Amino acid sequence: MSTLFENAELYVLSETAINIVFGTKIDPKIHRHTKKMMNVLEDAPFEGYLECVPSYVGLTVFYDPVTVFHTMEKNDSPSTYVMEQLREKAREIGDATEDEDEGDVVTIPVCYEDSFGPDLSHVAEENNLSKEEVIHIHTSGEYLVYMIGFAPGFSFLGGMSKKIATPRRSEPRTKIPAGAVGIAGVQTGVYPLETPGGWQLIGQTPLKMFDSNREQPSLLKSGDTVYFKAITRAEFESYEEGDR
Amino acid sequence: MSLSIMKAGLFTTVQDRGRIGFLHQGVLESGAMDRISLQSANAIVGNHENEAGLEITMTGPEIKFERDSLITVTGGGMMPMINGVAYSLGVPLFVPAESMLTFKSVPYGNRAYLAVAGGIDVPIVMNSKSTYVRAGIGGMKGRALKKDDRLSIGEKGKEANKRFEQISQKANGRAFAKNWGANGRLLDREQQKIRVFPGSHFKQFTTESQKRFFQQTFTVSTQSDRMAYRLQTEEDAPIERQESYSLLSEAVAFGTVQIPNDGQPIVLMADRQTTGGYPRFAQVAAVDLGRFAQFRPNEKIMFEPITLKEAEMLYLKQAQAMQERKIGIALKWGSH
Repeated sequence: MSTLFENAELYVLSETAINIVFGTKIDPKIHRHTKKMMNVLEDAPFEGYLECVPSYVGLTVFYDPVTVFHTMEKNDSPSTYVMEQLREKAREIGDATEDEDEGDVVTIPVCYEDSFGPDLSHVAEENNLSKEEVIHIHTSGEYLVYMIGFAPGFSFLGGMSKKIATPRRSEPRTKIPAGAVGIAGVQTGVYPLETPGGWQLIGQTPLKMFDSNREQPSLLKSGDTVYFKAITRAEFESYEEGDR
Repeated sequence: MSLSIMKAGLFTTVQDRGRIGFLHQGVLESGAMDRISLQSANAIVGNHENEAGLEITMTGPEIKFERDSLITVTGGGMMPMINGVAYSLGVPLFVPAESMLTFKSVPYGNRAYLAVAGGIDVPIVMNSKSTYVRAGIGGMKGRALKKDDRLSIGEKGKEANKRFEQISQKANGRAFAKNWGANGRLLDREQQKIRVFPGSHFKQFTTESQKRFFQQTFTVSTQSDRMAYRLQTEEDAPIERQESYSLLSEAVAFGTVQIPNDGQPIVLMADRQTTGGYPRFAQVAAVDLGRFAQFRPNEKIMFEPITLKEAEMLYLKQAQAMQERKIGIALKWGSH
């Protein structure tokens, strides 16, 4: 029986990083494989392993090529050697069928008014919907946190309806406010910090998605379930006082 | 306290080799843009190669030294001056207490690195002293240096202390420079173009775009910073994909060349986001990243293709050359 692990695609990102891809879709099964591969690498890393970063469809493994080179037997390239190591690990672990631990359930309040969601009209037009319909669809979804990336605490959520999927902006904004809620293709997520970015902005949350002073700096972690809830401007402003 | 910032300069931050181990939480790598220059600076003053120094961009700060110090400045864009006297880059310098370190601009390079024997003593946040300004993490309170900031110098290790004692005896209380230095590239001094190898989405671009990328000149946009270098094509000739569609975000690396839909390349740098969703057209060879980081806004650059194997070999050679530079520096110190 061929498994997702056996069929994983590997390719080089840089002299220090290799990508493992288990599939092409946002899929809880692929998420489980990614988590399992991460755990295996963290528990039994190869010589020169530094860290890895999960994505929707797999993970990227970072390593130190100089250390790898010194542990290699053949005088091959470090990336070829690391790929062999990863393939071997993937073969050994077989398939990931069991669910990982359930995460927390987090509800994120979002104000979808125009000044908070400058691209909401565009998302509505692109999908032949009214703004209210976009909000309804966005707040009806149940989202799984696949990964934290891009910026501290930035969560990539799976489970958004295709009905409101919208491509990224052709010209990224140079400044996006903390708390902005965006859409890119079938992805949705929240910007935790002021940063440049290319997602379509449909609203904003008053919650602090990342705070280095908190015990767990990122509000969300991989495996959590997220719901969005629409709030008014007045409710948004009342958060300013202390709730966040 | 040992360093008083009298004037801030344009953008000066504390940086070391970078933050390893937190990418999966979305916490960026950060670290020096030109790693080779910071490593060289640390090697000269006898620090560990990953110790923190100051990364100084475009316009230098004015720094008052409160106690006798051994320092060096590497990289480009400016030369160090102690009490108004200019010194070469990469030269070991003795700075007597109460001296002023200022910088004089030079017409090449963009970032200088100041290493002090003992290192810059700031709290280690998540394995690193590097400043990540956007998140307010690390370095001097998570931000660029300001006027009236005061920084401590760390305790000198054995090697740094030996070198400090040696130069301080020779200097006899005055500013003093050794008659040798180590700065600049380690390999291929003649290499002008920036070398890249194809990224995972390279084949999705039009043949015409693939070819043109290596034929045309790009201008470094004034919007370039520690996060990314934005490049502009001349004659408004964007790099185009055969067909446009959205990708899922995946991890990106220092030097990843992304092409957003407007066709103007973005090269990700030390403060890059941990993941990116634009197509990965190419990857700047790690061996050329330090040199690339020295390009200034409005400067023109060209690319040259190499294979992954060549890039890996050059990377290993550069690491070897750095080891040799460290040995060379140690020998110079030994010979007085």
